[in-house]
Amino acid sequence: MLIRRAGDIVSSEITPEHLYINRRAFMRSASLAGIGLASQLLLPERLFAQDRWPRGKKGPYDTDEESNSYKDITTYNNFYEFGVDKSDPADNSAGFRPKPWSVKVEGEVRKPAAYNLEDFVKPFRLEDRIYRMRCVEGWSMVIPWRGFPLADLVKKVEPTSRAKYVAFETIFRPEEMQGQKRSVLQWPYVEGLRMDEALNPLTLLAVGLYGKELPNQNGAPLRLVVPWKYGFKGIKSIVKIKFLQSQPPTSWNISAPEEYGFYSNVNPDVDHPRWSQKTERRIGEFFRRKTLMFNGYGDQVASLYSGMDLKRNF
Amino acid sequence: MKRFPWEKRILKPVVFAGALAPLFGLLWQAYAGTFSANPIKDITEETGIWTLRFLLITLSVTPLRIITRWSPIGSLRRMLGLFAFFYACLHLATYVYLDQYFAFHDIFRDIAKRPFITAGVAAFALMIPLALTSPNRVVRWLGGGRWKALHRIVYAVALGGVIHYLWLVKADRSRPLMYGAVLAVLLLIRLWVYFRSTRTPARRNSGGDAST
Repeated sequence: MLIRRAGDIVSSEITPEHLYINRRAFMRSASLAGIGLASQLLLPERLFAQDRWPRGKKGPYDTDEESNSYKDITTYNNFYEFGVDKSDPADNSAGFRPKPWSVKVEGEVRKPAAYNLEDFVKPFRLEDRIYRMRCVEGWSMVIPWRGFPLADLVKKVEPTSRAKYVAFETIFRPEEMQGQKRSVLQWPYVEGLRMDEALNPLTLLAVGLYGKELPNQNGAPLRLVVPWKYGFKGIKSIVKIKFLQSQPPTSWNISAPEEYGFYSNVNPDVDHPRWSQKTERRIGEFFRRKTLMFNGYGDQVASLYSGMDLKRNF
Repeated sequence: MKRFPWEKRILKPVVFAGALAPLFGLLWQAYAGTFSANPIKDITEETGIWTLRFLLITLSVTPLRIITRWSPIGSLRRMLGLFAFFYACLHLATYVYLDQYFAFHDIFRDIAKRPFITAGVAAFALMIPLALTSPNRVVRWLGGGRWKALHRIVYAVALGGVIHYLWLVKADRSRPLMYGAVLAVLLLIRLWVYFRSTRTPARRNSGGDAST
């Protein structure tokens, strides 16, 4: 089985599932604000009833904010390979086959290889990580991932001294991914990181969500999670990881270079040309909240960019 | 009116009820809890797309009347136009209240800085004089010619709506372009009718009113 016991205590082993399903009212804040009737009518509590991830042992990289429900995380997705609407990935991904799966590691490494997924994941210790996820569109979630640090993989495959960047590629399988039949973006989807970003302990290769295997709509069976960058950097259904001397192209940058840069760090002071990035709506909340620099992960990652003009390198 | 007694009793109420269906659809979704994880975005998109749809439906009344020569349909035009305004009001209210929660500083900055919001707000502003001049008494007070000239603004409103939609999508422009194509067809029909009637003024007869 791909999903093995995580290194730390798995929260689901502590409390039986039915006890930690936690119904949480959302409209509290709106009624406090005195807009009772209309909003109660439009947004009844049950809209926001959440099945929350239980709070287990908190890891050093976990946020202590409440996770979004499994339902929210698996029905509200941007995964253009399955269609451009948020509901499309959940609706259109049932026929996608994430098994068997193979991942190629190539480029500037001493140990290039093609692995089947089980062998690819086996050497690493899986961890649960509860991360904020900020979409470039101005909404955010809190998601309990399971995976292993990309840094562990990088060390294992031994990049050469020429390797300065890591490039990733999504599978191209239009017969199972109907969105790939239309050229909304250039397929296959590609992404990339600078080597120091790839080595940062926050950067995760995820294989699970809420302690279960990654659902198709969330990028099964293997995806990238880079919590201080906008969500689209988290490339899904990865089949190729390539180590490079120079900066690789990235899909959204190819699509609209003036709107999406290579770095795409969450930054409230650099607006998207067409909309503000100062605030975001946390899914499940009524009021917008202020967007945090590096999505609140500045302590861990700000030093990567010291001396860089982040307005130019957006 | 007397020639179509059923039109007032049946056609109009049926269309009126149908035009409220998108609103009741939203209320039902709220009651049944079937919105997506982001209900505010759902409401924004639904009221927005229905504004544009009602604008295009309103603009197809006259071409349909000309093509079908079925005059009762013409009596629906004002009501449909007011429904476009109604959904535009809901759309704007969703943005101002649910989305921004009356953060007027941010809202005005958006209007000034974000082209798609500028286009949307401009289109909404242009709808106001059209809605205000829709009662019979105001039409009479204005006079038919001036009313007609004023209401040509609706072309700019529809164009503004399409541009608003086109400028907000991230990568897939197919849907806004489809609405743009429908608008283009509706405008081309008017051009065609207009040129036909100016070239052969003597033969101008049934319902050749291309300007509205």
